[in-house]
Amino acid sequence: MRKSVLAALAIAIAAPGLALAQAKEQFVPANFYWVGPYAPGGSGFGGGIIDYMAMINERDGGVNGVKLTWEKCETEYNNARGVECYERSKGKGPTGATVVHPLSTGITYSLIDKATADHIPVISMGYGRTSAADGRVFPYIFPLITTYWSQATVMVKYMGQKSGGMDKLKGKKIVLVYHDSAYGKEPIPVLTEMSKEYGYQLTTIAVPHPGNEQQSQWLQVRQIKPDYVILWGWGVMNPTALKAAAKIGYPRDKIIGVWWSGAEEDVLPAGSAATGFISAGFNAPGTEFPVMKDIQKYVYAKGKGEFEDKSRFGSIYHTRGVVAGIVTVEAIRLAQAKYGKGKPITGEQMRWGIEHLNIDDKRLKELGATGLMPTIKVSCNDHEGSGLVKFQQWDGAKWKVLTDWMEPDRKLVRSMVEADASQYAKEKGITPRNCSKDE
Amino acid sequence: MLYREAGQFKSTYAQDQQIFPIRQDRIAIGVLLAFAAIVVPLVGNEYWLSAIITPFLIASLAALGLNILTGYAGQLSLGTAAFMAVGAFMAYNAELRIPGMPIIGSFIIGGVCAAAVGIVFGLPSLRIKGFYLAVATLACQFFVLWAINRVPWFSNHSSSGVITAQKIEILGYDVVSPAGKYLLTLAIVALMALAAKNLMRSETGRAFMAVRDMDVAASVIGIPMMRTKLLAFAISSFYCGVAGALYAFCYLGTVEPEAFTLDLSFRILFMVIIGGVGSILGSFLGAAFITMFPIFLNRASEWVAGVFAVEIPGAIVSNLEAMIFGGLIIFFLIVEPNGLARLWQIAKEKLRLWPFPH
Repeated sequence: MRKSVLAALAIAIAAPGLALAQAKEQFVPANFYWVGPYAPGGSGFGGGIIDYMAMINERDGGVNGVKLTWEKCETEYNNARGVECYERSKGKGPTGATVVHPLSTGITYSLIDKATADHIPVISMGYGRTSAADGRVFPYIFPLITTYWSQATVMVKYMGQKSGGMDKLKGKKIVLVYHDSAYGKEPIPVLTEMSKEYGYQLTTIAVPHPGNEQQSQWLQVRQIKPDYVILWGWGVMNPTALKAAAKIGYPRDKIIGVWWSGAEEDVLPAGSAATGFISAGFNAPGTEFPVMKDIQKYVYAKGKGEFEDKSRFGSIYHTRGVVAGIVTVEAIRLAQAKYGKGKPITGEQMRWGIEHLNIDDKRLKELGATGLMPTIKVSCNDHEGSGLVKFQQWDGAKWKVLTDWMEPDRKLVRSMVEADASQYAKEKGITPRNCSKDE
Repeated sequence: MLYREAGQFKSTYAQDQQIFPIRQDRIAIGVLLAFAAIVVPLVGNEYWLSAIITPFLIASLAALGLNILTGYAGQLSLGTAAFMAVGAFMAYNAELRIPGMPIIGSFIIGGVCAAAVGIVFGLPSLRIKGFYLAVATLACQFFVLWAINRVPWFSNHSSSGVITAQKIEILGYDVVSPAGKYLLTLAIVALMALAAKNLMRSETGRAFMAVRDMDVAASVIGIPMMRTKLLAFAISSFYCGVAGALYAFCYLGTVEPEAFTLDLSFRILFMVIIGGVGSILGSFLGAAFITMFPIFLNRASEWVAGVFAVEIPGAIVSNLEAMIFGGLIIFFLIVEPNGLARLWQIAKEKLRLWPFPH
């Protein structure tokens, strides 16, 4: 309260300086979801990114003195509401929305055209349109760190490793249990393509949204007796699947989940049925990373922070949000270095920043995020930037990391990305950028 | 209203049968249309045009379609979203596969395909009524989404089943700006609303209402049951199909089959119920209430937080919004079970006597 009185006084006295004072802000919309069936994901991820930005403001006074600001908008994981939030937020702050994290594959799809026309970058970290990784066709869309297709190839690799070599996959039976939506269908082309190479038998079983009824699907699994099950679930579908698997006695450590199946919220409701379940991930949970300690010290210790339930601090969704915050702030920092330190940047400048993002091991150490996220190097051509995936296992109380960062099958993924992107470009009449010339 | 028909004499049948018999009403509607067509695109910013008004108009069109079927012809349907999906996906395919197809032609093809699906799923209405018919249309909802998901032809073999609407081009002019899309939507919705209004005043519309009020009596006086019911399904689905095409082309730009779930069907049914069953105006009022009010509540909470300098946690805002919205729906239905359109009518009647009521 006293602060706002002081601020009001300051404004009254220095009215001519108002524009200047306002200009030292960088606006990042917080369009997430806090209600509905997917609220655990939305509030966790949103909490992470906001906590990280709050920490940067408290610890460093913003990015080179430019304070980060944000405003929440409830999207309900609904495309129409997501577009409304985007339109509402895009003009705010001195330079408009810097970057948008839609946190929904559907909303990302809806924003591709709009954001490209408005010159506002969209970061769809671990979701969204996979072929947007081709930066020549999608200049403003960044499916950063890793995409569904990369993940699918790493999953096959991991199954090969578990079986004792890729050649051992021949004749093995793999079942994909997926959420029947654009999101769930995403891995099918890649898994089919790889089955030709490695000779495994792929069966796909769809689970209708929202997935709280899966008996018949798992009876089918029991008939097939697969060597591995890939679980491509979201929200309530995950614990239901694990419970159903326990009922038919399918070993949980043969079920490999996508990263949207691998959070505490996905396994806790299944109770002991979840023990042994393995999932992929592009971020690690935990409270011991230096960056998480900083958030604790500068935000939560001062009675702020997004979570009232402190046990969610350091959960998978929370640290995933922190990773999103790191990527966002690092790109802002980079763009400032080029376009003027201590000045708010525009969406176009932010695009340059994200496209030149290069977080190596050294930088990760400085950020206090070693092990929290993989290294990442984005380019005009490659808007994914990393593709690395880790595997983790639920031991009944917490997620234990099983592997180091694993490489995807870049050649396969890239060729499919380019094929899909060029079809999109043809449909929409887009001429791909020439990346060898582009700055 | 404050004015009445006193002194306005009708000397021909055409004059007597006008939609708005009172001159003041005609002027008011003309001013409203002119305002919507000229002032709104000039004054409205991108946010208002593309995130509030355009979706409202599209929802109105879908509600209008359902109102023709449910409100006028008395056939309860839960397949609205499926008809919209057919419209959206077929308009996309028409634009994709027929070279040089004008966009309005694609919208019409989308609508006609939806009408065909509507006729097929309207067949059970010849035998069953009420809630049982609702269940039959529910089958349509699930079947259509299943088909779009399973048959890759509909989404042009896109791996995720998502389609991206093509550019809108009318007479060589690219419609890309929100204002352009808004005007296109407005023109289509206004024309179709006018057509619906006149349809309901025609013999066909009266046959619909006769079927609604008592189908045995209607067939006794010589109204062909099959033709009338199937026509109602066809016209209603055509409206929904065009609404779906607009939803894809003028609003979201990219749609996945999941955008047209049962949830959307219910929302449109609520628009009809809250706006007024069997009323053209009601479709618009209901759509306005259901699409705009949650956004208004959301923004109001921002404003409250700003004025009183308190920070309201995001989760509470979101939950409050749902609670207030639900509460208001119940309130309106208790105060006026016949919907917002009826409230408007009552207000008009009261104003006729104002300030000297009996």
